[in-house]
Amino acid sequence: MKPAGSIVFFTVASGAGYGLLFWLGLLGAGGMISGDGILVLTVLGLALVLVTAGLCASLLHLGNAHKAWRALSQWRSSWLSREGVAAVLTYFPAIGSGLCVLQGAYGWAVLLALVAAAGALATVYCTSMIYASLKPIKEWAHPLVPAGYVVLSLFSGAALLATLMALAGEDASVPALQALIFGALGAGLKWQYWRSIDTARPLATLETATGLGRIGTTRPLDPPHTQSNYIMREMGFRVARKHAHSLRRIALVGGLALPALLAACSLLVAGPVAALLLLLATALGLAGLLVERWLMFAEATHTAMIFYRGT
Amino acid sequence: MPGAEPRIDYSPSLGDEVKTTTCYMCACRCGIKVHLKDGKVRYIEGNPDHPVNKGVLCGKGSAGIMTQYAPARLRAPLLRVGERGAGEFKEISWAEALDIATGWLGKVRAEDPRKLAFFTGRDQSQSLTGFWAAQFGTPNFAAHGGFCSVNMAAGGLYTIGGSFWEFGEPDWDRCKYLLMFGVAEDHDSNPIKIGIGKLKARGGKFASVNPVRTGYSAVADEWIGIRPGTDGLFALALAHELLRTDHVDTAFLARYTNAPWLVVRNPGGADDGLFARDADGKPLAWDRARGAIPAATADLSAVLAGSYTLPDGRTAVPVFQLMAERYMAPEYAPEAVAAICGISAARIKRIAAEIADVAFNQAITLDQPWTDVYGRQHETMVGRPVAFHAMRGISAHSNGFHSCRALHVVQMLLGAVDTPGSWRYKSPFPRPIPPGPPPAGKGARPNTPLVGNILSFPQGPDDLLVEDDGTPIRIDKSFSWEAPLGLHGMMHTVIANAGAEDPYAIDTLFMFMANMAWNSAMNPGEVIRILTEKKADGEYRIPHVIYSDAFFSETVPYADLILPDTTYLERWDAISILDRPIGSAHGAGDAIRQPVIQPDRDVRAFQTVLIELGARLGLPAFTKEDGSPRFKHYADYLTNHQRSPGVGPLAGFRGVDGDKKGVGEPNPDQLQRYVDNGCFWRDHLPPEQGYFKHANAAYLAGAKAMGLIPNENQIVMQIWSEPLQKFRLAAQGHGAKQPPEHLRARVEKYCDPLPIWYTPLEQQMHDTAPFPLSAITQRPMHMYHSWGSMNAWLRQITGSNKLYLARERGVAQGLVDDDWVWVTSRNGKLKCQVKLMEGVNPDTVWTWNAIGKRAGAWMLTPDSPEATKGFLLNHVISEWLPAQEGFRSANADPVTGQAAWYDLRVSVEKCAADEVPLTAPTWDTLTPPPELPPAPNMLRYTVGVKP
Amino acid sequence: MTCLPDLAPGQKKLGLVIDLDTCVGCQSCATNCKEWNANGMSAPLPDFNAYSAGAEGVWFNRVHSYEAGEGAAGKTVHFPRSCLHCENAACVTVCPTGASYKRAEDGIVLVDADKCIGCQLCAWACAYGAREFDEDEGVMKKCTLCVDRIYNENIPEAQRQPACVNSCPTGARHFGDLGDPTSKVSQLVAERGGFELMPEMDYKPVNRYLPPRKHVVPEHSKPVEDAPTPMDIKSSLLRFMDKVLTR
Repeated sequence: MKPAGSIVFFTVASGAGYGLLFWLGLLGAGGMISGDGILVLTVLGLALVLVTAGLCASLLHLGNAHKAWRALSQWRSSWLSREGVAAVLTYFPAIGSGLCVLQGAYGWAVLLALVAAAGALATVYCTSMIYASLKPIKEWAHPLVPAGYVVLSLFSGAALLATLMALAGEDASVPALQALIFGALGAGLKWQYWRSIDTARPLATLETATGLGRIGTTRPLDPPHTQSNYIMREMGFRVARKHAHSLRRIALVGGLALPALLAACSLLVAGPVAALLLLLATALGLAGLLVERWLMFAEATHTAMIFYRGT
Repeated sequence: MPGAEPRIDYSPSLGDEVKTTTCYMCACRCGIKVHLKDGKVRYIEGNPDHPVNKGVLCGKGSAGIMTQYAPARLRAPLLRVGERGAGEFKEISWAEALDIATGWLGKVRAEDPRKLAFFTGRDQSQSLTGFWAAQFGTPNFAAHGGFCSVNMAAGGLYTIGGSFWEFGEPDWDRCKYLLMFGVAEDHDSNPIKIGIGKLKARGGKFASVNPVRTGYSAVADEWIGIRPGTDGLFALALAHELLRTDHVDTAFLARYTNAPWLVVRNPGGADDGLFARDADGKPLAWDRARGAIPAATADLSAVLAGSYTLPDGRTAVPVFQLMAERYMAPEYAPEAVAAICGISAARIKRIAAEIADVAFNQAITLDQPWTDVYGRQHETMVGRPVAFHAMRGISAHSNGFHSCRALHVVQMLLGAVDTPGSWRYKSPFPRPIPPGPPPAGKGARPNTPLVGNILSFPQGPDDLLVEDDGTPIRIDKSFSWEAPLGLHGMMHTVIANAGAEDPYAIDTLFMFMANMAWNSAMNPGEVIRILTEKKADGEYRIPHVIYSDAFFSETVPYADLILPDTTYLERWDAISILDRPIGSAHGAGDAIRQPVIQPDRDVRAFQTVLIELGARLGLPAFTKEDGSPRFKHYADYLTNHQRSPGVGPLAGFRGVDGDKKGVGEPNPDQLQRYVDNGCFWRDHLPPEQGYFKHANAAYLAGAKAMGLIPNENQIVMQIWSEPLQKFRLAAQGHGAKQPPEHLRARVEKYCDPLPIWYTPLEQQMHDTAPFPLSAITQRPMHMYHSWGSMNAWLRQITGSNKLYLARERGVAQGLVDDDWVWVTSRNGKLKCQVKLMEGVNPDTVWTWNAIGKRAGAWMLTPDSPEATKGFLLNHVISEWLPAQEGFRSANADPVTGQAAWYDLRVSVEKCAADEVPLTAPTWDTLTPPPELPPAPNMLRYTVGVKP
Repeated sequence: MTCLPDLAPGQKKLGLVIDLDTCVGCQSCATNCKEWNANGMSAPLPDFNAYSAGAEGVWFNRVHSYEAGEGAAGKTVHFPRSCLHCENAACVTVCPTGASYKRAEDGIVLVDADKCIGCQLCAWACAYGAREFDEDEGVMKKCTLCVDRIYNENIPEAQRQPACVNSCPTGARHFGDLGDPTSKVSQLVAERGGFELMPEMDYKPVNRYLPPRKHVVPEHSKPVEDAPTPMDIKSSLLRFMDKVLTR
């Protein structure tokens, strides 16, 4: 599948934003984010900026963004619609909790933040299910895809939160620990996922796609058109295996393992060094996620291409 | 929640009006209905009432909109202002253009009319163009049949009085076994598609003999991947098997062919091989009781074998004996031909057994009485439901004439000519064998028309168009000893001969719809060289080139004067009964085109321009007695021209009341009657005339009454061809007209009165060891020659072509799909990409025809795949056979002059890794004519029917 | 509404039956579809780079060719491909706006361009690559089964068929109600062993393809002996000598 820059950015940015929102609600409720309201509002603000930037970027992928509001209507069947609904609904408790902080209504703020955290998780899950529900793309319709989206969202959110807290001079060890845990979990998941898709059987073959297997091995002779077309450009993108594998290493090591290690190191130190380590971990993590998301597309294959390429 | 669904307009209008006309996206001549909205084309569909296509329409016809609005349409007459080939033109008025043309042509006509070479391409108005040329007085006229179909036309017309191509058809409703040879689209394309659909639905067997398994061959129940150029030998092996196993319809042969006719055996004598005839010139047969009597005796009890002594003491044997002797010889045994054809002996035998089984064990009997030429009533029609059809794969070889005749011989052995279930004649065939008078062309004189048809039918040496010393009279050397049956001319030699001034120089080359500087030439580079060549005095070798085309083709830059034609939707036109009408086995028919939209450019229909030029030149048939133009335009000509009294371009709705067919005085409302009838006319034969037309008294009488044939005599199919034997006798030293020494042996060998097979000439004459592969082209169903690339839809389907070769061979050479290779022949080399496939003869490579375009032509940007990856096989074909001592011969069939495109042999080698992935050879990018608007980058064609 | 309609048994399911035994790959279905729909309810169908490199446009019908099997024993098969109007049309259920819908009354899958936001998720969801994105208008387009022809009272009844069916020269395309087991198309599918494409996807396409027929040579038309017959012309011709043929 052709990596769409807007969507790669969207899922990374809004994933991190929703991760941040999730941890803000959870840790806030647990009283683990101390300090004044400014930190909370900063975290919340950053989360909403990331989420909004991501959602705006996703509009770039639409042929007719001005009608995007229509996407909220089909929540009963469409994961994209559900994602939209969840995203929109999540804004209310998130913004509400911020207002409550401003008003000093901390009890309400915690409650709303918890609701927002649930919304954030739901939104990320809906996003993941957009991909996981697409049967023709075996790399997407894979059980580890929703888990991956959620874990990586929680990883990037935790890293961000830890960085912000450390920068604010707070003790960031709890979110840093979460970043460590989810970073390591994410690395394990992705490793499993890649191993799994590398050995997965094709969903269909040219023989079943055309029904000509009854005659014998089937090969394309002439294409319907000698140049490209929308389907071939959209579904036919391929990345060289060698190239993909080095990108996987970059995402796995640079984007997950190394940030997790840095987060672990941050637990052993304090103050500005920890903040620096966490900042580095976050930067690496987000960059690594961009690579990982790009690969999500680039390594995905679509059954429609069987008609064109034979595989 | 249905309420959530949008409201759909289920019955949108199809437009403001609908007009019928005849398609011209290829030569098939389907009836179409053109829906118009706001003066633009909204939808083109097949006309369900039309006899040719019965409502269906192919991929080309359905894309007509994009041809109509192609940016490559020329927009005004052009006069060359730079060097030839530079593409520097200025737009001029029609008045100026016609003045210039009249000046050039008038001078030629006044001095030496032969110096006009008038050649047309895929022209459907040959009855006009040929007539015009004769009126002009030049013998140098032909259309493009010489590089297309003449082997099939000559092979058929000199054998069975009809031919394959679009002039005959399998009995699609009754045929049980169809054996198709070398057929890949164009001519008769939709009738064949409809027919194959019917045959397959009925469970009949369809076997296709073709080196390549695409198109029709793809749906064949059996694909016979023959080696190119060996079909004739395969056919003769079938003949061998049928004779060997006694599966021969001797009754059919005795009744309808010259199998019982007696041939004089007098080796060395002037009468050897001629028919024994009585005092009245009637051919004789041997009657068991009465001895030698005219073969046309009703109660003849003929013998088919044996040697007999004629009353005058000469020895004679029946044709059948000669034929059986020849084809039962071991050289035609399946075992002997298998390796050459690439088909196993067992398979040849099985196919022979299958067709024999269908012909003789599954014969069809119709309870349909009919009366033969002898006045005898037959209660039934017995058919041999094996049908043959053959086209280009037979035609485009230098042994194609004989291969075609070989197929007809097999048909005759099976008794499968014009019987229920077999191949059938399409009106206006059958015609006498050969059909008509000899070709006109002798004695061309200034300002004097030639009498007769320029393209006609020699019966023997006396009819050839040669000077007393054997020098050809025609610039293309058709009807000379190099091509005695060059019935369609030899367009492929015109420019080469003019360039060599052999046999003489010409002044004006006038062409219509013939892309001679590209895909219509066997060797485009050489044509370009000659068209731009100058003599010592600085004048061009061919001083004037006039060209008419509707589009900016590769040939436009090489002309001095361009007469821009309309598109097919913008003009009156005729699919004339005098040319290649739309008749079928069910009856005669012809058709017209009417303008369905008005041109938005300063263009004129070529035929109308030609008629005006004829008037300006004072050609008698185009001027009135007072010198004024006889016809206002082509439509006027179609209505009022009479070739002979009562016979005009259109056979339907003749007579003042429009109730006469074939022969009748001109009807001023004739075209309107055609329009009212869907732009076609057709006659329906009663069932008793449906078959055995060559011997069917009622049919022959009706055809004569309609002016289709000159008499009602039986048309006796000619297994042994006496005209060929006459040429051969001349070569053996008999008669006043004899071939020049350098052609004597060739004429003797190839003018064999019985079909023979020989290795294609080009392959005989050079060492083929370095060139192990045969190379041919196939016609994609959605492209007609070069007419698809300016069509924005069709060029998406095929915008570039590859060289296909057998997977096993490609793998052996280390080739994978899309590798760039050099293809080398004795004539040159080209670069292209390969595609490996299963369904191709292992010794053959092929590609799609006419996809490669010269950069800049057809208003395509130079980066278009047509120019960067597309290629023409033509670049490695030579128009000449390998050099012979002191003379050169066209790379053509030695009997008919048919261009032997498919004799090509090549080698294929992988390009070096550092070679640029672009096709070669290439020429400079062509510059579009001035004032042509640039082609749009994005098309959103719609006529706004959407509410 | 992008939930799929509940289908009752015997519900009308309009679709195409494509005979791979007869399709010669002439592209009539492709271009006739293009010209009808370029000026129909989905108009226009843009063509980009129409006269240069990279020419590509919106087509609802594309004809592939394949080779199945090896060498001479194999087949070349022309393979027209368009929307299969699936019963489990994932392209419909994924649509977030309700633009994509499957009609309850005849099973045709359509796109309401007014509602389409061009998210292209339907194209991703279609296993067959049958969706066609109009990158100029930013909306998804697709085969409509010529819904503006098949019920069109301005068209003679015999031609009220999809353009591709109406134009097909070999009669390789059939249109009808595949929900009705007694319909002509259903019977054709039953007789000829019609199959669905990529059944493992469980999209339950309505369109069916008919496989190439296998032609069996009857025993009696096989040559009885394989050894070459000795070529004795004289004796062979003797049998013809004996034939006396009376007209």
